[in-house]
Amino acid sequence: MSGYMAGIVAILCINLIFAYAIFVTAAAGQLNLGGAGFQAIGAYAAAYASSVLMQPVWITIPAAMAITALVGFLISFPVLRTRGVYMVLATFAFAEVVAGFLLRSTTFGGAIGMVVPDHVGVPVLIACAVGVTLLVFYLMATRVGLAMRAIHDDEPVSTIMGVNVRAVQVATFTLAGALAGLSGALYAHHFSFVEAQYFNALLSIYVLLFVLIGGTQTAWGPLVGSLFFTLIPELLRVGGSWRYVVFGVAIVLMMAIRPEGIVTRQLVARLSPRNWLTRRKTVLGERHAG
Amino acid sequence: MSGTAATLKKPQAALSRPVLIGAAIVAALAVAVAIGGKVIAQQIVSGLMLGAIYMTVAMAFTLTIGVLNFLNFTIPTLFMLTGMVAWGLVHRGFLSFAGGWAWLLALVIGVAVTVVASLIVERFTFRYLKTKHGDATEHAIPLVSSLGFLLIFEHLVLIAMGSEAQRFQIPFKADIHFFGLVLGGAQLLSLALAVAIVAVLTYVLKHTRMGRALRTIAESPDTASLLGVDVTRIVPVVFVLTGLLAGVAGALFTINYGDVSPFMGDHVGTKAIAAMVLGGLGSIWGAIAGGLLVGLTETLSIHYFGGDSVQMVVWGLLLAVIILRPQGLFGTASIGKGKM
Repeated sequence: MSGYMAGIVAILCINLIFAYAIFVTAAAGQLNLGGAGFQAIGAYAAAYASSVLMQPVWITIPAAMAITALVGFLISFPVLRTRGVYMVLATFAFAEVVAGFLLRSTTFGGAIGMVVPDHVGVPVLIACAVGVTLLVFYLMATRVGLAMRAIHDDEPVSTIMGVNVRAVQVATFTLAGALAGLSGALYAHHFSFVEAQYFNALLSIYVLLFVLIGGTQTAWGPLVGSLFFTLIPELLRVGGSWRYVVFGVAIVLMMAIRPEGIVTRQLVARLSPRNWLTRRKTVLGERHAG
Repeated sequence: MSGTAATLKKPQAALSRPVLIGAAIVAALAVAVAIGGKVIAQQIVSGLMLGAIYMTVAMAFTLTIGVLNFLNFTIPTLFMLTGMVAWGLVHRGFLSFAGGWAWLLALVIGVAVTVVASLIVERFTFRYLKTKHGDATEHAIPLVSSLGFLLIFEHLVLIAMGSEAQRFQIPFKADIHFFGLVLGGAQLLSLALAVAIVAVLTYVLKHTRMGRALRTIAESPDTASLLGVDVTRIVPVVFVLTGLLAGVAGALFTINYGDVSPFMGDHVGTKAIAAMVLGGLGSIWGAIAGGLLVGLTETLSIHYFGGDSVQMVVWGLLLAVIILRPQGLFGTASIGKGKM
């Protein structure tokens, strides 16, 4: 694998894990525009544990995940008091506070950033990304996943049907924290350097776009969204800014033509090999469309 | 307040609280001036001037949220577009015929371009808001489209005019000295203009047919169209006003500080969002109060805690307000709860 390819694969793996962090809350109907804040906490926790406390990688990464999971758990209580636009703004504000704190803090290097001594290679990143993908696919197939989908589609009805909405939402925020922390810790260890400026509002926006363009209905969404967003800019070698213009146009068209994202439940049902055999495409299609 | 619309009536308890908060802020500022003297007074004046810019942009945000429940992320780029278009026109010499007034003409054209850009955004974002998918994240559709437009506009400007900050020359420089405080002439003009816009907007919303249509849509779009409001024709008005407010704010910023860059909207835009939330979503007076408050918080936190602290102080305040008092310091509780 060439250095160029390795670079793309590394950033793809990190983005994918990060996208799944945002996906698990979005799949339960909660939009998080503060992803960069959680990722920054994970990255800095790993960096601090590695460079100051001199801990090995197998301690720093789980520790970073535990810390971000705790932050996700604690922040979920105030954030879940809000909804809709307010939740988008509250999470956005959270990320800004984290970035502002890290930029100012002398413990964490301030604007200079921190050097991370231990390096984690591409194979580990791939293994983590595959692991997280399988975990989220499994999660979406369990009763918890069903409850998340129910809350996403209709919260009041889920409550009536006996879903503990509050518990599911707190759990998804905690899991989202852990996954974002993992992606941040891997970022810190792979690139051996963290700086607060990287974890800016634009990063939060991009990762939310990965998820929403990919689709929040199935676990395929973030996978397709991250691949699309990471690979398309590489394939579109049309020079600097034009790339982003094409990208912006693609987003606007996407929302106009297929606002539920690239992958929907209906599409998954249609492409599933089981349905090719049973020839019940239309019936299944209708059932999943509802 | 004679009971024409439910939104105009405010219960007495809700009215007294914003007044109390406002009085507390004014009292705190008076104490600060009494202790700190002229230095603090100057900081407060600069903060209010900066706040005038924030409040104009915050009004653009609050209008689209209040009427359409749509967080329009193109507003920062609309703000930037005015300044950059004006600079481009002057720099390339297209306006040399206008002589000494070229700067003013350039800014007027800049605002006009911004309004057109805002209408393009309307065509591709809001029209699709009505596509329902029975889905809790559906309000995100126009939000995501507006993020797409943010990328398009910002990078088109980068392609056309480069990424460097540019100097926009204004032929006059009139600082007014008032009891030993320096007041920028351009800043005073901008404050006056901002206040005038607010007054006109408040009048239009309260006393004209158009304003009543807008307020009806804000209450319930479905009921509005049942009662004969042509929603698809009224909605572009919101976007014209949005473009106008963002454009005028951009022009005022350009006059005040004399610098334009493709990224000038990012900082102002996020501060304006903070201002809007502080004041209360969907409330014009909230946007005004919030804008001035953020301007003051910014200059005073720079003075007391140093330059890096602004982000943390402003957004920390915002996070606290969203969680403790989601309707904002000056807003009422009814806005932004599951419309459309």
